[in-house]
Amino acid sequence: MTQNAENVLDHLELFRGPEYQQMLANKRALFENAHDPAEVERIREWAKTPEYREKNFAREELTINPAKACQPLGAVFASVGFEGTLPFVHGSQGCVAYYRSHLSRHFKEPTSCVSSSMTEDAAVFGGLNNMVDGLANSYNMYKPKMIAVSTTCMAEVIGDDLNAFIKTSKEKGSVPAEFDVPFAHTPAFVGSHVTGYDNALKGILEHFWDGKAGSEPKLERKPNERINFIGGFDGYTVGNIREIKRIFEVMGVDYTILADNSDVFDTPTEGEFRMYDGGTTLADAANAIHAKATISMQQYCTEKTLSFIESHGQKAVSFNHPVGVSATDDFLMTLSHITGKAIPKILEQERGRLVDAMADSSAHIHGKRFAIYGDPDLCYGLAAFLLELGAEPTHVLSTNGNKAWEEKMQALFASSQYAKDCHVYPGKDLWHMRSLLFTEPVDLLIGNTYGKYLERDTGTPLIRIGFPVFDRHHHHRYPVWGYQGGLNVLVKILDKIFEEIDKKSNVVGKTDYSFDIIR
Amino acid sequence: MSLASTQSVAEIKARNKELINEVLKVYPEKTAKRRAKHLSVHEAGKSDCGVKSNLKSIPGVMTIRGCAYAGSKGVVWGPIKDMIHISHGPVGCGQYSWGSRRNYYVGTTGIDAFGTMQFTSDFQEKDIVFGGDKKLAQVIDEIQGLFPLNHGITIQSECPVGLIGDDIEAVSRAKSKEYDGKTIVPVRCEGFRGVSQSLGHHIANDAVRDWIFDKLTPETERRFESTPYDVAIIGDYNIGGDAWSSRILLEEMGLRVIAQWSGDGSLAELEATPKAKLNILHCYRSMNYISRHMEEKFGIPWCEYNFFGPSKIAESLRKIASFFDDKIREGAERVIAKYQPLVDAVIAKYRPRLEGKSVMLFVGGLRPRHVIGAYEDLGMEVIGTGYEFGHNDDYQRTAQHYVKDGTLIYDDVTGYEFERFVEKIQPDLVGSGIKEKYVFQKMGVPFRQMHSWDYSGPYHGYDGFAIFARDMDMAINSPIWKKTRPPWKEAPRPSLMAAE
Repeated sequence: MTQNAENVLDHLELFRGPEYQQMLANKRALFENAHDPAEVERIREWAKTPEYREKNFAREELTINPAKACQPLGAVFASVGFEGTLPFVHGSQGCVAYYRSHLSRHFKEPTSCVSSSMTEDAAVFGGLNNMVDGLANSYNMYKPKMIAVSTTCMAEVIGDDLNAFIKTSKEKGSVPAEFDVPFAHTPAFVGSHVTGYDNALKGILEHFWDGKAGSEPKLERKPNERINFIGGFDGYTVGNIREIKRIFEVMGVDYTILADNSDVFDTPTEGEFRMYDGGTTLADAANAIHAKATISMQQYCTEKTLSFIESHGQKAVSFNHPVGVSATDDFLMTLSHITGKAIPKILEQERGRLVDAMADSSAHIHGKRFAIYGDPDLCYGLAAFLLELGAEPTHVLSTNGNKAWEEKMQALFASSQYAKDCHVYPGKDLWHMRSLLFTEPVDLLIGNTYGKYLERDTGTPLIRIGFPVFDRHHHHRYPVWGYQGGLNVLVKILDKIFEEIDKKSNVVGKTDYSFDIIR
Repeated sequence: MSLASTQSVAEIKARNKELINEVLKVYPEKTAKRRAKHLSVHEAGKSDCGVKSNLKSIPGVMTIRGCAYAGSKGVVWGPIKDMIHISHGPVGCGQYSWGSRRNYYVGTTGIDAFGTMQFTSDFQEKDIVFGGDKKLAQVIDEIQGLFPLNHGITIQSECPVGLIGDDIEAVSRAKSKEYDGKTIVPVRCEGFRGVSQSLGHHIANDAVRDWIFDKLTPETERRFESTPYDVAIIGDYNIGGDAWSSRILLEEMGLRVIAQWSGDGSLAELEATPKAKLNILHCYRSMNYISRHMEEKFGIPWCEYNFFGPSKIAESLRKIASFFDDKIREGAERVIAKYQPLVDAVIAKYRPRLEGKSVMLFVGGLRPRHVIGAYEDLGMEVIGTGYEFGHNDDYQRTAQHYVKDGTLIYDDVTGYEFERFVEKIQPDLVGSGIKEKYVFQKMGVPFRQMHSWDYSGPYHGYDGFAIFARDMDMAINSPIWKKTRPPWKEAPRPSLMAAE
């Protein structure tokens, strides 16, 4: 017997016991109709070849291990960033269970969100009754300040009209006439979670700026000196937004963070559950129309929102998930240019410290080949930082990347001497990445938790940056933006490099050389 | 010491009834009327728990339930490791259910096993407009080209597939014929069907019946010589290896497990199951349908069992053995005796730390009742329980075999109700899922995820019981729960005041 009470063994060790190993071997031999191990090995080797890669890249309809999720997840992520706001997803209820679980697994935080629980009858007759009852129930039970409605693919396929449904619900008294119920259509079969973020945020701004769905006059823009800031769908929102606020404060910028979900995904444990915490106030959301400019940290995540904002007479600028020295320089100079505020000494010092850190460590990174996958903006930001470090972002892959992103990545490669052999892969998935890693190996892989399968299969060490990160804790609390964030990313990369060197040099009596204590 | 043990049953009942009245007050009248049917206080001797179940969730409340797709792909079919399960429709459903249930398996992932992969047809707008059947056919072709060692394919329908009227059955038939009778199973588990994941289990069971059993040929039927001691484990999803720590006990008592459903299961095992002499059913909710079918069609008896905690394990081993001869009955006694020292040691170590602690549960499947015995083995008491997607027969089993007089019962509990109940009752532990975990931890209440064992496990069997006991101890007795309030907010101690 392997198990014992004094030192309880869980799955990690328990099943390595001889009795379990024997049991599993018997099962396989007798009952599983398993393939001959030699055949498994043959196919395993074949799947590493250029021939397999060609077949893999010839795929047109099958997607395997995609690095993207669906629109409503992004809508929920954006909606919880407003004060007292309950996201309400119109459609079948299982989706909401998934969004809540997905976000909670990443942030280790509660995620509050309701569904209109549409079933077969709604599929036939439409979901109006679900909306009417649902809004009334959420309003009474959870006392929100705002309910932000988005849809699932079901509601979109049957063509439910949110604007009309919300109006009818108000007429029927589900919520008071003046209660804010912005909405966005977020079909899961269009775009990805970043599209959903964009649509939901645009829907909320549209609601406040353009007359609350016809119930009030449109706001008239009276320009002021404030700056709006949008983070975009960002797995590091807790650390990043706080870092950005600090930067604004040290620069003396008057700012509004739109969709500020940094607090709701980081509530303290103090004996009380706060369903709503922090967030952009509704007054600020409305007043954001008057701002001098809006800065978005992610272009491909906020395209529609920014063009909506521009159409209201505001300047809008976007970045591509800036990481590192030049990207942060660019961000700060743009900010300084727009606001007329000088970049203070303290940020200059931080810059110098990041440059100092990079100079100290670049020898370990220079010339290393990387593969990166994730959302389009994140991929761009990371690739740009690697080039700055003298590394080569050899494969850059984004399942939800489009043609425009591809061109922008190409332009980035063209701008650097280190990017001669770098390639960009829009619309591809992690099974494509697997072929790339086998046929054109790299030193390190950067991406989310799902990359651990690639790490195991191809032996490429994984640095976890992206969303979701389920299997490591608290990464979301550390920024990746700003000079401080760049330092965090640098340390993550270096830690992995040093761990790998240690792993390769730790065999006593064989690789004692290189097992250094100073590096 | 829990509230439960310091109050009389009459007081507890009165408190629980008052709590139910209190939570109902917040709802609009129509909703309160509907929710009232799902909340109850158990009366000893009653044949069920006094709640309605398996009815539609109310729009706009925070239900913990999932959907039919989750029931079929996430639970029943997904863990079959040597088949490829296509999440047919938009990208999200497959993404969110990817690798999140810890159905452990052994195999070469991507070559002859596919359990922790996400295969999707990734519907785009054009597929909604023109239909997805052609796409599906090509997806199957591409799977065949890239994964030649897969033993079969299932098509797990997401919402749009049923709404746009795709004929996935026709595609399955045509492709099966094209690939020499390959097993290709269409499953109509669109998320909007039914009221919870429960219908997805039923639909998935029916798909096994229609597309596996009804297509058995002499060639697929038998791959081994039968013995009189062949059994199949039905309804164990191998969370953290549960089915393995169960299987080992059955084999030690002299039985031969010819199939595992569906954790670490394979197509060959599904096909072989009609040769079993007895089907032993752990998760009644998700797989009673196929067990009943096998009884009717193949004459295979089935019996329920519960492998949580030594009392229920011993009871279950004897019950399973009663279907066999003396050799197996002796085997069961031998197994119980063999593990008794482990059980004694685990209880000696952990019971003193857990005695008298109270627990509130809210889980799916069988666990709202099955784990009660394991808590009781450790001297703990379950004072509230309910099912995400249970049916009346689940509540009957709960009332007749598991819960005590006065237990608070909440079917399809809403987030609001659950929070109020826990806040007022202040149990020593809550056992529920990821969506509930952080809510209660913020409230300073120890918590264990009873769907995923909080990434620990197994919890089934004797080996699992040791882990269960350790985990409950670490949750309840973690020093962190003494830190939830800053010391400066506590009343100052008199001695310090005096010293000033």
